[in-house]
Amino acid sequence: MKEEVRLMKGNEAIAHAAIRYGCDGYFGYPITPQSEVLETLEELMPWETTGMTVLQAESELAAINMVYGGAATGKAVMTSSSSPGISLKQEGISYIAAASLPALILNVMRGGPGLGTIQPSQADYFQATKGGGHGDYHLIVLAPSTVQEMVDFVGLGFDLAFKYTNPCMILADGIVGQMMEKVVLPEQRARRTDEEIREQCPWAATGRKDGRKRNIITSLELESSRMEVINEQLQARYREIEDKETRWEEIGTEDADYLIVAFGSIARISDKAREIAAEEGIKVGIIRPITLWPFPTEAVNKAAQGKKGVLVVELNAGQMIEDVRLAVHDALPVEHFGRLGGIIPSPEEVVDALKSKIIAKL
Amino acid sequence: MNIEDIIKEENKVYSKPELLEEVHMHYCPGCSHGVIHKLLAEVIAEMGLTEKTVGVSPVGCAVFAYNYIDVDWIEAAHGRAPAVATAVSRLWPENVVFTYQGDGDMSAIGTAESIHAANRGENIVMIFVNNAIYGMTGGQMAPTTLIGQKTATTPYGRRVDLNGHPLEITNLLKELDGTCYVTRQSVHTPANVRKTKAAIKKAFENALAKKGTSVVEVVATCNSGWKLTPDASNKWMEQNMFEKYPLGDLKNV
Repeated sequence: MKEEVRLMKGNEAIAHAAIRYGCDGYFGYPITPQSEVLETLEELMPWETTGMTVLQAESELAAINMVYGGAATGKAVMTSSSSPGISLKQEGISYIAAASLPALILNVMRGGPGLGTIQPSQADYFQATKGGGHGDYHLIVLAPSTVQEMVDFVGLGFDLAFKYTNPCMILADGIVGQMMEKVVLPEQRARRTDEEIREQCPWAATGRKDGRKRNIITSLELESSRMEVINEQLQARYREIEDKETRWEEIGTEDADYLIVAFGSIARISDKAREIAAEEGIKVGIIRPITLWPFPTEAVNKAAQGKKGVLVVELNAGQMIEDVRLAVHDALPVEHFGRLGGIIPSPEEVVDALKSKIIAKL
Repeated sequence: MNIEDIIKEENKVYSKPELLEEVHMHYCPGCSHGVIHKLLAEVIAEMGLTEKTVGVSPVGCAVFAYNYIDVDWIEAAHGRAPAVATAVSRLWPENVVFTYQGDGDMSAIGTAESIHAANRGENIVMIFVNNAIYGMTGGQMAPTTLIGQKTATTPYGRRVDLNGHPLEITNLLKELDGTCYVTRQSVHTPANVRKTKAAIKKAFENALAKKGTSVVEVVATCNSGWKLTPDASNKWMEQNMFEKYPLGDLKNV
């Protein structure tokens, strides 16, 4: 398949991207608002073209453990779900991280807690960036703000997952999953052959061919001194990822008086707010973390320097704001604005919040 | 003089399977797991599947099965072995995948994964070791614990009104269209060991032939959990377990 320009939903784009980036297997369970991922894959029947496996599992638990199994054999595998389903996957995600396996997990966030709502949310920021499951581990967390980034991050997510043998999560909000946009689908990337996988993933449980030593994929180690070493190795990898893979975008931060920090689709609403504020003579810059973990701490600190105040705009009750506060060390006022329950704020609301929460208090 | 001088090759009647690792097993003396591991190691080597086999070990006493049989292994979360095996089997159809599950893994926490993998007819081998107790965590009730059987969580014996009935998961699996071979065996006598080996071999042949899911239940002893000697455990199993879990093929298509 050649590169192609299409108009489609973010969730549909994920399915197309998975096929075109050479994904070997998708395992999922339907949940709103991301069911189009599995539906689109079943409609496209990639097993007839690229040979990709697609399976509707009996539960989110089964789906994430299928991902664990596929990843343990070196295949490029993924799953997708939405907030309550992602909670169910956390045990498996912890195992995948602990066993140092590459895998891609998409969370199209809906409002919680509990069964919550099917409307958009960003309330799983803590869960995605601070652990989620048990134990000391991190996912690489990518936050798309456009349908194009939904596509691009499938490729980037697999690349990072395999580079660091670490699971990667695309943390999208329900807006990016459901909205339609123009998107450039990449040229078909060939799936790796079994021989290439054996060569590139010598650690994988592919059958111990040619008398090689057997591979054991496990997260269990009862000897404390060895378990500490395993943990230290994981931590060393996380420090390397922090050094090399932190990503963010800045808009007009250099000559601004105020800074807005926002991720995903809310960064785009905030960018519109920036334009509205500019017409009123209020100079606002935007910094959009693209990797939520590793968080662009230094970049936020640098962008905040010389500003009068920072507004963190999120579709939750205040989660990323904790990382922003850690980044700016109380050097200036940092306030939060968010809507809950699936309500999406207008750009005008963001401007009003900037005025009432920051400017009015200076 | 070494052992080869004493035991001539032509007189040899038994040797340790080549795929069984030279390590001490952590299993209690008298435990059935060691025999079942030996049979798996023999079958895999004899069928020439060493390079194509991937084992999926459970949570429970057999969690360390990967330390003993010299093939590739994936250690699954508790109950999820059939889901893990599903992906391995589908993504590597040339390989043969088996799960090794205890009664908790198969019939408590992993009931859904076990039923659905079998119902899809995944081309996998499921080895189900049923000793009617949770050995690794110290002898608590399993779904397969018999009525009246004392465990750490049924100290006065299992009661139907409090704990429900023993779950015959293998009987359920037999009913599913995805299973091609469902059998119940034991390893407490040489004759039964031979039958179990034949059953495991048949299950691997089915997986190679893509006939669907094969389930080999091994009714087994846990003398530590049952608080009996190994010999008394075998007798207790014969007298009590086989009535509820009778040996033989339940399905063979």
